[in-house]
Order: sequence, then C-alpha cells, then structure tokens
Amino acid sequence: MSTDTRARIAQYLSRFFPVQDLKDDDDIFELGFVSSMFAMQLVSFVEHEFAITIENEDLELEHFRSIKALDAFVTRKLSVPAAG
Amino acid sequence: MTGALSAQQAQSLKEFRDFADLRIAPHADSWHRAQRTPPEVVRLLADEGLLGLPVPSRYGGGGCDAVTLGLLAGELGRACSSVRSLLTVHTMVAHAVARWGDRALKETWLPRLASGETIGALAVSEPGAGSDASAVTTRLVRDGDDWIVDGHKKWITYGQSADLFLVVGQSDQGPTALLVERDTPGLRTELIEDLVGIRASMTAHVYLERCRVPGAQLLARPGLGVSHVVGAALDLGRYTVGWGCVGILDACLEASVDYASQREQFGSLIKEHQLVRRMITGMYTDARAARLLALEAGRLRDEGDPGALAATSTAKHFAATAAGRAALDAVQIHGANGCGSDYPVQRYLGDSRVMEVIEGSTQLHQVGLAEYAFQERALRRSIR
Repeated sequence: MSTDTRARIAQYLSRFFPVQDLKDDDDIFELGFVSSMFAMQLVSFVEHEFAITIENEDLELEHFRSIKALDAFVTRKLSVPAAG
Repeated sequence: MTGALSAQQAQSLKEFRDFADLRIAPHADSWHRAQRTPPEVVRLLADEGLLGLPVPSRYGGGGCDAVTLGLLAGELGRACSSVRSLLTVHTMVAHAVARWGDRALKETWLPRLASGETIGALAVSEPGAGSDASAVTTRLVRDGDDWIVDGHKKWITYGQSADLFLVVGQSDQGPTALLVERDTPGLRTELIEDLVGIRASMTAHVYLERCRVPGAQLLARPGLGVSHVVGAALDLGRYTVGWGCVGILDACLEASVDYASQREQFGSLIKEHQLVRRMITGMYTDARAARLLALEAGRLRDEGDPGALAATSTAKHFAATAAGRAALDAVQIHGANGCGSDYPVQRYLGDSRVMEVIEGSTQLHQVGLAEYAFQERALRRSIR
C-alpha cells in the first residue's frame, strides 16, 4: 500500500468522478459515471503510469473496482518481476 | 508534413506510397466494379509483410510502431478503401489476440496472422446490434470444455474470405469473445452485394449454427468481450480507419487538382474558377489537419499515453467527416464526369459514406467526444 500510488490513482479518476466524494473503497463500477471506453482508459492509465503490463490473467474486475483495490493490484504487480 | 517522421518512418512511407501507386490504385476501380478483392491481392499484401506489420516481431510480425501502421493505412486508403479495410479488420483481430489472448492463444494464432496464412475478421455486428455492441444476441453456451455458438453476424468486413472470426456473443457471464475458425461445422457465410462503398470488401453475413468451439479459443474472460476485447480492437480500428480517411482526402485532392488543371470551361481552365479553388482549398486544409491529428494519435499510441484513446477518436471523427466533404466536392469539381465510372471520385464518395458509419458513427463521436472535454476540464480543476 502506498499513499503515492493512491494519490496518483485518485487524481486520474478525478477525470471521471468528483474525487472529493470518492472514498478509497467506493465501487467505481457501481457509481454509474463511467463511459463505454472507461475500461480501456483505466487499463491504459495503469500501464502507463506505473510502467506495468496488464495481462489476460490480471483481468479480474476486483482489481479495478476501487482506489483501494487498484492500489493493492499495482503494488502487487510492481513487487513481482515481469514474466519473460 | 513529413517532418514529424523519423528517417525510418519516412522511408516506410515512400515504400508504402510506391506499393499503393503501382500495385493497388491502378486496379481499385475494377475491384470496385467486380465487388470482389481477388485472392492474389490478399496474398500479395501478406507476402509483402504488410498484413503482419504491427504484430510483435517475437511472433513473426513486423513489430512496427503505430505511426508506421497509420502511414500504411493512409496509403492503402488513398488507393483503395476496400483493401485498407482488410488491413483494418485483420490487424484488429491480431491486436485483440496480442492484447488479451493467453500465451497458448498468442503462440497458436499470432504467427499465422503475422504471415497472412490466416486472415482475421471481426464478427461483432448483427442485424439488431450495430453501434451498441453489448446488445449482441449470439448465444455462447458452455458444454464441457467447449463453447456452443449460435447466432447471425452481419456486415462482417472480409467475412466472405476470412479464415478466423473474432466472434462476440452473450454467455451467462455477459459479453464474451471467442476465436472461431471458418471450417468449424455449422459456420457459413454469404456475401452482401451492392454496398454504397467499400464494394470490394467481401462484406458478408456470418451464420453460426451450433458451432462447437474449443474453450482454448476464449479471448479474455467471459464478461469482458465488449469492454476489453472489442474496446481494444475498436480503438485500433478507429485509428486505421481514421488514417484511411486521410488517404481518401489525399485521393480526392489529387484527383481534383489534376482534373481542374486540364478541364476547360468558359475559355479557361476550371482551376482558375474561384468557387473551384474554394473547394480545393477546403480539401487541402482538411487533408493537412486530418493528417496532423492522425500523426498525433499515433505518437500518443507509441508512447502508451492514455490520452491516445481520445486522440484516436478525435482523429477518426475529423478525418471521416472531412473525407465526406472532400468526396462531395471532388464529384462536384468533376461535374458529370464525377457521376460516372470513368473517374475514381464516385468511388471515393461511396467509400466516404461508409467511413462515417463504421468504427463509431459520426453521431456517436459527436455525443462521445464531449466526454473527453469534460474529463480534461475536471482533471485541471482537481489539480488546482
């Protein structure tokens, strides 16, 4: 868990949500603000911002559901060396 | 206009331009009239390595950057929008496999897609589901390790000749994407003729009746077929279609300049007529603006910038609508000659109509692009 990671995620999500109202464990898919391209935007942001690659096996919605879940997912990906 | 390119990209552009001028453009009108792309043309593109250009090199592809792919789509689009459509649908399938396929799926299909041994087509649209991809009704039902697929796909570009279909349907877990081979029992296709544009694009119905598909052909997880698989494929499709529209703009401009430079009316070349010049100025400006937007989208894609999605949609929307304007004016400049088949501009007119429908209609972009403006404004406010 990292304050910096959370802050960067929250700042990006501020494009889509009024982040002052968004709690760390709010379900962003249930808030209803997301556009049809949101999923791809979020994947692209996480890959670019944290220099990781999201693979097919990472595509669990649970990883993307909240700031807290995204933070945990990014932290875990950063701690594991990329597969060759 | 080529100053933004690296030396290698500029060299690729020259090669693509020569290829399009020599091997595609001289035949495009006859393919248009025959409403067929000859198989040897597909073979030629494959043998030149053009169909596998963006496939990662570890799978036998060219591993090219997005800008280079765009330049290819632009030059093919200038010569023949049907052939450019082949590049679009084939690379959409390859991209979806590279993006969301598991290792086995990548190792099975990417080398074949890279070489052109297998031609891919995207099978999403149905008689009742076009822009709203999540409304597809094709049924995907688990049966042991396999899937049973039942449905009717329509408007499938190169569906009549493709070997591998990326089919999106509904499973119990929501929209789901599978790769289905042409020789699967229960799959048949039927050519759709007399389209208004991309008439050589082998567009077809694809009927799937109790098709049994191995579970290993699943792309991403069940439920993510539209949000992730179609999302990724459409994003790339918008990019190459946008570039294809840059090509239509260039083709309209070249044809109009050539015609206006030799056609005399009222005792002077029509290039001297002010209202003809006004139309050519519009095309000239639009062609350059569209190219710059497409180059910017390519640059952002190559940097992995999340803003590439918005830039790609913006480029496609602008280029498609500008190609529509240019094709109308190109026909107008050609007068009666523009209405017949002796000149290619009537082909450009039909093709440009299709460009405003596919990969996000003009109206969907008009509604959707505003979302990016709101997002960017909200981000600035939050930083303050």
